[in-house]
Amino acid sequence: MHKIKVNGREVRVGEGTTLAAAILASGDPFRTSVRGEARAPLCGIGICFECRVTVNGQPHVRSCTVLAEDGMEIVTGE
Amino acid sequence: MNKTSTDILIVGAGPAGLAAAAAAANSGGTVTLIDENPRAGGQIWRAELGKIRSPAASKFLRALTQGRVDLINSATVFAFSGDNTLTAQTPGGSISISCGKMILAAGARERFLPFPGWTLPGVFGAGGLQALVKGGLSIENKRIVVAGSGPLLLAVADYLKTHGATVLVIAEQASAAKIRRFARGLWRQPEKMVQAAALRARLIGIPYKPDTWITRCRGPRVSKRLARELEVTIKSRGSSRVIECDYVACGFHLVPNLELPMLLGCQIRDGSVSVGDHQQTSVRDVYCAGELTGIAGIESSLIEGEIAGLAASGQTEKAKTLIKKRDAATGFGRALDHTFALRPELKHLVEDDTLICRCEDVSYAQVKDFATFREAKLQTRCGMGPCQGRVCGPAVEYLLGWEPASVRPPIFPVKMKYL
Ligand SMILES: Cc1cc2nc3c(=O)[nH]c(=O)nc-3n(C[C@H](O)[C@H](O)[C@H](O)COP(=O)(O)OP(=O)(O)OC[C@H]3O[C@@H](n4cnc5c(N)ncnc54)[C@H](O)[C@@H]3O)c2cc1C
Ligand code: FES
Repeated sequence: MHKIKVNGREVRVGEGTTLAAAILASGDPFRTSVRGEARAPLCGIGICFECRVTVNGQPHVRSCTVLAEDGMEIVTGE
Repeated sequence: MNKTSTDILIVGAGPAGLAAAAAAANSGGTVTLIDENPRAGGQIWRAELGKIRSPAASKFLRALTQGRVDLINSATVFAFSGDNTLTAQTPGGSISISCGKMILAAGARERFLPFPGWTLPGVFGAGGLQALVKGGLSIENKRIVVAGSGPLLLAVADYLKTHGATVLVIAEQASAAKIRRFARGLWRQPEKMVQAAALRARLIGIPYKPDTWITRCRGPRVSKRLARELEVTIKSRGSSRVIECDYVACGFHLVPNLELPMLLGCQIRDGSVSVGDHQQTSVRDVYCAGELTGIAGIESSLIEGEIAGLAASGQTEKAKTLIKKRDAATGFGRALDHTFALRPELKHLVEDDTLICRCEDVSYAQVKDFATFREAKLQTRCGMGPCQGRVCGPAVEYLLGWEPASVRPPIFPVKMKYL
């Protein structure tokens, strides 16, 4: 099990879970588009960039390409 | 920047790249395999390489674990320099690897077509949703509409069902007549026939509808939380119906990831990389294998990978017997292209305010009167966002007949300090 924080709330996920899957489980939207729409993953494989979020202060990370690790802090909706 | 060198550098640790690595590893030279995923396996074996019991997969695992292949994960190749050197971004900084021979096995992605509502959260690619489930997403008791085109829809529906979802329908745009002909052709290839029959049997209970496609998707207003219920309209020979569901999994077959071979200057024909008998491209010392040379499925990726690995490591003699097998497998690819070619009606799914470019929120009305992708990019920023046209590119090629845009480094957005 890994404990991560999504927008300040704790989310527990199993070994080998991608951040995208963890955020989907949390129910929070991923990013806000240029016109202000909430977006969520489309391709699941690092192509579309719809799943990007901030991970430990680093912006624009494709959450579908990163595995969750204990203590990661995710901020979404930017 | 970290610099290393290797005899054979392989980009992509999917079936093609793994087969190439295993074949080249026997030659005694150094083999490096690089992939942007945190785990090897590519699209089909993503996250599951250890669990798969196919003899091919265990052979590759042995090559990896016995240290005969140097595997670099979580590394995205974004640039190339003339002296056979690739540069990749990793979580720890950038690395630059020079090599004697290079094998490109970057695989394919789904083709997405815009329709009203395709940007709603909960509307995924078909392989996209499957990849997310492989990444740990639970779909227990979710009601899912699977739509688009291609054999991937069947594999995905089967996978989603096995993982606890209710698949309401598989909407396949290809015609019933084409699908029937395709299915009959499978008899010529015993392995695939068994696979297809097994799939069909397990899919019992899921309606598979050819001549059927999504025309729109509506969701409740999305505010703080993701949409929970979607209303999907599907059209079948003139009649439409609305289905309520939790998720949509929609992708229209696959397109090769041509950015890297284009960056290297490899010749492209009819949307895939041209290769010779030994998978060599038009660029010296560069080979190409798998879905990059045409969408033909895993068997073809495995054979092409093996041929490329043998050829790049000077073992062409051993590749002789594989060439015939490869040609049969690429024939299967041509049957796929024909069967799942997009029907013209799908060009009319877009409405004026439907977004074409999701990165920059550019609508169909904004781009439809331009003659070229380049003009549209300059005037509207269509295709200029972080995905660099990977999603909208194949869509506008189909919708507006534009030529693919040219490719410039970096082929993935990277942090300034790495350039
Ligand atoms: C989302 C998706 C799901 C699929 N699911 C199935 C399935 O369930 N069953 C099935 O039979 N077929 C499936 N396919 C079809 C699939 O293309 C083939 O089965 C097979 O995986 C192709 O093998 P490959 O080695 O050619 O490419 P891939 O398996 O696609 O491997 C290519 C690898 O290259 C890596 N890569 C690409 N560009 C770069 C770069 N610039 N830097 C670093 N690494 C890079 C990718 O991360 C990937 O791991 C799927 C395809 C997609 C797109
Ligand atoms: S979902 Fe497309 S890049 Fe992550």
